[in-house]
Amino acid sequence: MKLEHIIHLEHCKLVCAGDKNRTISKVFCCDLLSIAMAKAPANGAWVTVMGNRNTLAVATLADVACIVLAEGAAFDEDTIKQAQKEGIAVLETELPVFDVALKIHEMI
Amino acid sequence: MATHHILNYVVPGDDFTRAGEASSAVKNTLKQLGIDNAAIRKVSIAIYEGEINMVIHAGGGTITVDISDQEVAMILQDKGPGIADISKAMEEGFSTAPDEIRLLGFGAGMGLPNMRKFTDEFNLQSTLGIGTTVTMKVKF
Ligand SMILES: Nc1ncnc2c1ncn2[C@@H]1O[C@H](COP(=O)(O)OP(=O)(O)OP(=O)(O)O)[C@@H](O)[C@H]1O
Ligand SMILES: [Mg+2]
Repeated sequence: MKLEHIIHLEHCKLVCAGDKNRTISKVFCCDLLSIAMAKAPANGAWVTVMGNRNTLAVATLADVACIVLAEGAAFDEDTIKQAQKEGIAVLETELPVFDVALKIHEMI
Repeated sequence: MATHHILNYVVPGDDFTRAGEASSAVKNTLKQLGIDNAAIRKVSIAIYEGEINMVIHAGGGTITVDISDQEVAMILQDKGPGIADISKAMEEGFSTAPDEIRLLGFGAGMGLPNMRKFTDEFNLQSTLGIGTTVTMKVKF
């Protein structure tokens, strides 16, 4: 799935469009940063409840295409701006981790 | 003739939001040099975990990176409290990270194991009350 289609995910708010031409490879769920650092697939959609600056740092280094902040987690404005610079899309949702990950998986 | 790119960074001891600057700068340099993605990922993981450890556990430190056409050599040095039991610290899952740090997603106890796993050479030296030095190499 091209990143631009992720905008169609129900119950999700796109707060950063990222680089629309990227193709999402896989969904990955984890909240522990050093595990995500080692295991998040390149061009993956990473679902987490950790909405802080370090999440973006790890996503950038791991070449993640899209961060999905579940359970009402959110980034501050600065982090969203930085995500756009890095070409990473950011979605925010009230949905639980599994539910939103499954929706993305079904779209890929 | 082998050319070397030497990069130096100071990791601030108190600012989480800036942790990741060194690894991300090194990553960009390696990209510009045309190094392959697998090697870039290894170097990024190694430096990021080291940077974060210096912020959380050691009050900051310094990083020196030497990029040649064969390898990336990294030296991460701090003057923190040092590590009492190195083999324990190297175990997957061992962490002394405080609760407020765990709330940010750190403290899985996977940082040092990741650094060892994703590098071709890994050496950790630490003396209580003096500090910790990690030297690592990723070969191309
Ligand atoms: N530079 C350092 N100075 C002092 N102690 C350190 C340093 N680096 C690591 N340690 C000690 O080793 C332990 C294990 O480190 P490791 O990076 O594997 O896990 P962590 O930092 O606790 O959690 P994670 O890296 O998964 O977020 C730390 O909890 C800490 O006690
Ligand atoms: Mg660590």
